[in-house]
Amino acid sequence: MDKSQGRTSRPETGGVAEVATVSGHRGLMMEEPLVFEQGEPGRTGVDLPEVPKTVERLGGVKRRQAIGLPSLSEPQVVRHFTRLSQKNYAIDSGMYPLGSCTMKHNPRLNEKLARLPGFADIHPLQPAQTIQGALELMDRLAHWLKVLTGMPAVALSPGAGAHGEFCGMTAIRAALQARVDKRNKVLVPESAHGTNPATAAALGYEVESIPADARGRVDVAAFKAKLGPDVAGIMLTNPNTCGLFETDIVEIARAMHEAGGFLYADGANFNAIVGRVRPGDLGIDAMHINLHKTFSTPHGGGGPGSGPVVFSAALAPYVPLPYVVHGPEGFRLVETAEAGAAPFGRLKAFHGQMGMFVRALAYMMSHGADGLRQASEDAVLNANYVLARLKDTMTAAFDGPCMHEALFDDHFLKDTGVTTLDVAKALIDEGFHPMTMYFPLVVHGALLIEPTESETKATLDHFVASLRAVAARAKSGDAAFFHAAPRLTPRRRLDETRAARQPVLRWRPPTPRQAAE
Amino acid sequence: MRYLPHTDADRRAMLAAISAPSIDALYRDVPASARLSGLLDLPKHMPEMEVERELTALAARNRSAGAMASFLGGGAYRHHVPAAVDHLIQRGEFLTSYTPYQPEVSQGTLQMLFEFQTQVALISDMEVANASMYDGATAAAEAVMMANRVTHRKKAILSGGLHPHYCEVVENYARWCGFEATCGGPDPQGAEDLARQIDGDTSCVVVQSPSVFGHIKGYSALAAAAQKAGALLVFVVTEIVSLGLLTPPGAMGADIVAAEGQSLGNALNFGGPYLGLFATRDRYVRQMPGRIAGETVDADGRRGWVLTLSTREQHIRREKATSNICTNSGLCALAFSIHLSLLGEDGFARLAEINHARAVQLAEKLAAVKGVTVLNDGFFNEFTVRLPRPAAPVVDRLVERGVLAGVPASRLWPERRDVTDLLIVAATETNSVAEMDFFAQSLAEAL
Repeated sequence: MDKSQGRTSRPETGGVAEVATVSGHRGLMMEEPLVFEQGEPGRTGVDLPEVPKTVERLGGVKRRQAIGLPSLSEPQVVRHFTRLSQKNYAIDSGMYPLGSCTMKHNPRLNEKLARLPGFADIHPLQPAQTIQGALELMDRLAHWLKVLTGMPAVALSPGAGAHGEFCGMTAIRAALQARVDKRNKVLVPESAHGTNPATAAALGYEVESIPADARGRVDVAAFKAKLGPDVAGIMLTNPNTCGLFETDIVEIARAMHEAGGFLYADGANFNAIVGRVRPGDLGIDAMHINLHKTFSTPHGGGGPGSGPVVFSAALAPYVPLPYVVHGPEGFRLVETAEAGAAPFGRLKAFHGQMGMFVRALAYMMSHGADGLRQASEDAVLNANYVLARLKDTMTAAFDGPCMHEALFDDHFLKDTGVTTLDVAKALIDEGFHPMTMYFPLVVHGALLIEPTESETKATLDHFVASLRAVAARAKSGDAAFFHAAPRLTPRRRLDETRAARQPVLRWRPPTPRQAAE
Repeated sequence: MRYLPHTDADRRAMLAAISAPSIDALYRDVPASARLSGLLDLPKHMPEMEVERELTALAARNRSAGAMASFLGGGAYRHHVPAAVDHLIQRGEFLTSYTPYQPEVSQGTLQMLFEFQTQVALISDMEVANASMYDGATAAAEAVMMANRVTHRKKAILSGGLHPHYCEVVENYARWCGFEATCGGPDPQGAEDLARQIDGDTSCVVVQSPSVFGHIKGYSALAAAAQKAGALLVFVVTEIVSLGLLTPPGAMGADIVAAEGQSLGNALNFGGPYLGLFATRDRYVRQMPGRIAGETVDADGRRGWVLTLSTREQHIRREKATSNICTNSGLCALAFSIHLSLLGEDGFARLAEINHARAVQLAEKLAAVKGVTVLNDGFFNEFTVRLPRPAAPVVDRLVERGVLAGVPASRLWPERRDVTDLLIVAATETNSVAEMDFFAQSLAEAL
């Protein structure tokens, strides 16, 4: 595989990085100004119809000033955004082993189906008789999620994982309130995603951190010592962010329930165990599922996501509005509280991320019960393979086996002058997106690698070979090479300190003096 | 299975390389009591063609808005989206990339977000905007929580013109996060006096323009009254195209703008994914939720972009973060940005003018129907009519004639008996005169 990549470039001794061009472009790497720097009054990218002649009824609040938007033709706009796209790394172009983020293949069938007018061109407030197919789709998705998790209820509306956390933790709060229980603490392991403590804090809970033990799991003794009548629950990621299954989770659930609290699970890593373990069998009371991770709805450069939450029987009555039910007249959307339920309220303007529901259901149906299980197993196999192939060169943070991601710390870089960040940037020049860096916080200089099930063995071998070479180079004392990486990207290392200290958060038109220069 | 590249030989070779006897051995940390042995009771994998057939059949059981004469608004609007938008957002480099944590290989997304932030700030006449929220309603809730942080107060006053679903979302956050949010009931006449309700505990006043009933008016006096009392004005916009024609919130003194951006670039999608827009004043930027792209330089001194001011955010600040938001609406923001780039200055204004003119035409046609009264003096592309009988059954009757007649107020306030005869009606550039005539005629026959 390596040989097929062509002659090794040696950018530090002349070559690509030092080629100067008149245009500023470098072959396929195009410089592209801001859209605001390309406009010309009189151009347009749309041909709109004439404005019908009517008498304005604007109630005295008509806009008086120009906005300052640039005016471009369609070919300019298409080229602008095409050039911007070419400055992005993407799962379509290469391996994207960003731990905890689950960058797996995004099937194009799902894109096609989400765009069917029967799904994309329906209004959220259409009468129920015109949207039976949409409601049935939501009902089917809910069924798959309930069966896969072994939990009896689901809320589909949360917009992403963190919104799902808010949903699940609110249900816990509602259940406590219903029994007039004013617990004010939530336990969060040190290794948790930042969204967990942020969610608990937003709900007014005091956050208590639980340390990890030497095996990278929740320190059960420390956890039990914190239990008491003031603890509302624990937010646990399983498999956890070290890529490890929480071996004591059943005991943690039992102890938490005995102490009167609830077990919330961050389901960001559900993709490791689909079809092998049902969260409901572990004693979990609520868990969000990132459809944009486990069920492969595209990340889109930062969303949209979708974060449905499954609930245990204890929390089922509090599932928020709206939800879909099936009755004699077909499917129906419940938007106000009905007898027997105590929904805690609305989380979003409408019913959830329908476009993501279509994609996720298509993904599930394509895989089926057998394929979903196989996908989890392949993800776990790939991570273990990477772990096994790298652990003699890099330092594995914990003993294996791991689940869907392999965690290393930076001990292998000790005294080299090379950091985790430097390794990540050097890997970019090798044609890979870096792993997650400096997370989880429980190990020093973390490098968290999640290959996903989408990669071939050949790609993994190529990745491993590249990373081994990078690690060997770091150990050989060539720190200067690393500090200058990356060299082959549209931009080299960016000054983040300057961005934060002198924030420039938008374009502004040049002042007359700047324009004259 | 077409998405899984490993052959059985690959799997065997890899297991051998890691010295594991079987896949089961890799799951040995799972408690025995929780290990599933067989497959779950769900269908097995399906060929692409069959999945397509089955879901296409489900889609066919919906009547799409475009196949009818649709006058639905109420926070989601059907606009024509240029073909280039959907083509560009499906480029894999945009579609299949993550949040731009590694700026050297994410300059495309970062520059796009910087442009998007600038566009949002320009059309709202605010100083700074973030890289998006989930939707308008959650943006409104985040705006109230931000106002609470800025003012160190905990009481929000919500207008009776605010979309009731937005009210419910804000009230929900208030109830569970420990602040107060009071929403006056529906205000179909646009007659409420919010300034009178402001006191020394008020953190913000939340208004919506155009209101959920379609009313538009000036808010400068209310902004001044709020600010004089040490409170902020949160300005909600659910139809962002209106800013092509109306005085922007910033010019009226808004402190925070929380808006729904779906109208530009994004399909109706049965309510999501949508696009929350969030803008404010420079002085409040460190209390703003969400991601922000900022300009900087690279090691060679060339202009570039990074995510910045992250010390507000959950991945750095954890329980002290301004919000728990992480994934937002990146691709919807891209669609918005491409659409607005195609429109440009003149196109955006003209799109807004067409929308308004269509709504004026429709209001005239509906006002001519016997028994129908238009409640609004001023409006943008949406207004409210009072019918001589409950609106919901009338809407159902019109569905049979292929008309989505609007949103009955009873759908939005199911528990209010005093709004059952109100119908909220929107028109956009997609509605033809013939459709509007047919609507008016059908309405006359249904009443």
